[in-house]
Amino acid sequence: MDNPIIALVGNPNVGKSALFNVLTGARQKIGNYPGVTVERKAGKIMLGDTQAELLDLPGAYSLDSTSLDEQVTRDVILGRQAGQSRPDILAVVLDASNIESGLRFALEIKALNRPMIIILNMSDLAERDGLELSPQYLIDQLGLEVIETVAVRRRGLDDFTAVCQKTLLEAQSSDLAVQTVGDDVLAAIISDTARESYKAKANILAKGAIVNETLTREWTRNLDAILLHPVGGILILLAIMFLMFQAVYAWAGPPMDLIEAGFETIGGFIDGAMADGFIKSFLINGIIAGVGSVLVFLPQILILFFFILLLESTGYMTRAAFVMDRLMGMVGLSGHSFIPLLSSFACAIPGIMATRSISDQKDRLTTILIAPLMTCSARLPVYTMIIGAFIPAQSVGGGVGLQGLVLFGLYIAGILGAMLAALLLRRSVTKGASSGFLMEMPRYQWPRPRDILIGLWQRAWVFLRRAGTIIFAATVVLWLLLTYPKVPINDPAYEGVSQVDYSIAGRIAGTIEPVVEPIGFNRDIALALIPAMAAREVAVAALATAYSIDGDDEDQVSLQLGERLAGKWSLATALAFLAWFVFAPQCISTIAVTRRETNGWKWPIFMLTYLFALAYVAAAATYWTAVAFGLG
Amino acid sequence: MHLDTLPLRQKVRISSIDWTQISDNEGRRLRALGIESGAIIEALHRGILFWRDPIAVRVGRMSIAMRSKTAAAITIESLSDDKGAMHHG
Repeated sequence: MDNPIIALVGNPNVGKSALFNVLTGARQKIGNYPGVTVERKAGKIMLGDTQAELLDLPGAYSLDSTSLDEQVTRDVILGRQAGQSRPDILAVVLDASNIESGLRFALEIKALNRPMIIILNMSDLAERDGLELSPQYLIDQLGLEVIETVAVRRRGLDDFTAVCQKTLLEAQSSDLAVQTVGDDVLAAIISDTARESYKAKANILAKGAIVNETLTREWTRNLDAILLHPVGGILILLAIMFLMFQAVYAWAGPPMDLIEAGFETIGGFIDGAMADGFIKSFLINGIIAGVGSVLVFLPQILILFFFILLLESTGYMTRAAFVMDRLMGMVGLSGHSFIPLLSSFACAIPGIMATRSISDQKDRLTTILIAPLMTCSARLPVYTMIIGAFIPAQSVGGGVGLQGLVLFGLYIAGILGAMLAALLLRRSVTKGASSGFLMEMPRYQWPRPRDILIGLWQRAWVFLRRAGTIIFAATVVLWLLLTYPKVPINDPAYEGVSQVDYSIAGRIAGTIEPVVEPIGFNRDIALALIPAMAAREVAVAALATAYSIDGDDEDQVSLQLGERLAGKWSLATALAFLAWFVFAPQCISTIAVTRRETNGWKWPIFMLTYLFALAYVAAAATYWTAVAFGLG
Repeated sequence: MHLDTLPLRQKVRISSIDWTQISDNEGRRLRALGIESGAIIEALHRGILFWRDPIAVRVGRMSIAMRSKTAAAITIESLSDDKGAMHHG
């Protein structure tokens, strides 16, 4: 027999993912369901000596789906999701403090007549809220296994594996294991009459299960009074975002120096240990200069993700959506779009994937189209390098650094660009009625260090894998194109011709140069822009490799790219380069995910066109303004 | 009286919802969250600056954010109108 599959099902914010994390530990596989970009989270757990697969399904309120997320959850439950076998056990997770809403969904699922268990999660929070529940009452009334868990404290995990084993055995000895669910059954479950009766029944069950309810300490409400304050709420949100971007700069310094020093040591070691030649040049100028210049940014990316994971796990993210809803409404979007857009600050790919929770299709498409304008972490290497080289590291007072301020400005430029784009898109290509804003705001919770660490590890791994594959490959190809053909030595006709100019890459860049010259770009930038189509941070690797090959001292490992740039570029060029990267859609993965999300090439091509046009105009405007101010 | 003009911190009952003013999708989400005729509801917070939109309401033990436009389609009545249906909420 195949490994049994257990699916965690439940409303959003019931602590499903925390439960999933403690049950599976690091043994998780994150991917996508084929054909849709809804994230598939699976992990292995042991039931006695049987290995089982645990699925963490997207949060849903009902089998009557209103979003892509809910649709996937429904289809997996019914065994209709392509590429996913039907779960053998449905483990319905309820928030112990709010069982009524969860019970409505549980009753719908129960009507499917599949093997299922009920989990009362976060029972510690319920106790804190003065709520005492009787699992036995639910066991008696529903005739199902009901257990209590506290994922954060690893409480009830043994009960979980025990009831899963028991339920599996029972299912195998009955006909539940093979029985399928027909359309008529589903239609009956989501009919108005059925739903009305589930609602009434859930209400009765919830009342019966609550043994004792004392006055609650309303600290979520009190905190909301501050964080959702008509004026204070906005200021707090701005302060949090500002702190986030300052931290990216301030905290990342020491670990970045360490990584840089590490690469210099490795380079120095290779330099001393190997004879000059192809391999040595490849290792030092290709790999270490290229990949090393990108890996240095790992600390900044992790700090950014740390903040985003922190905001998500405390429950603040939905408050940010509440605060932002009216402002987003001005450009035809809603607070729903805020969370995907904030995630896009880390990376547009999870951001675009997060849009699947937006039920209105036009809202969703608009959000996808503007998500690449949010300053993703891949831009950080580019921004940091240019800012480090051209903006003096001085304070503007009050502990605020000028460099951090410029970085903040670039983020704002991206946001304003996105808002403007949304406004225009909503009046043209994605025209339609506003979809409204309706979302549950979960109670505040202490962040769970374990979940944040797992999240950070997954993000770090994705980045390292990217550095090891896409960025590595782009760097190697670029290095080859830059190294060959070699400038003929001892031929007076080529006296003074640089290797980069003579190489294939240099010649390609030479033909592009006239196109980008009007916006202040030089040949080096033209050279860097092509491989940077694979990923933005490759621009840094490309410049590093190019200058490394052209360097006076060929063997010197130079990660001090900034100093070289400062000597070669004007400030106007540097600023135009920054402006270009605020808008340019230089990321193959984003294009690919957009194609998958929108089921075709129409929207990714539209996205590429409008963003490149914006990038060109923005870089030109920046360059000529700067030149007018005498910075050329 | 409609939900959008309800003063904060006052529990009332939903007497009816004008579904014609609400899109199908939003209607389904409202019902999934338990916002239907007969539900006990309370306004908790109002949104930012002079818009005071969206609003945060409490139904059961859930806090839910919704736009005033949606709230305007929800007619409410005082709890004392019918003591028989009093909710423990």
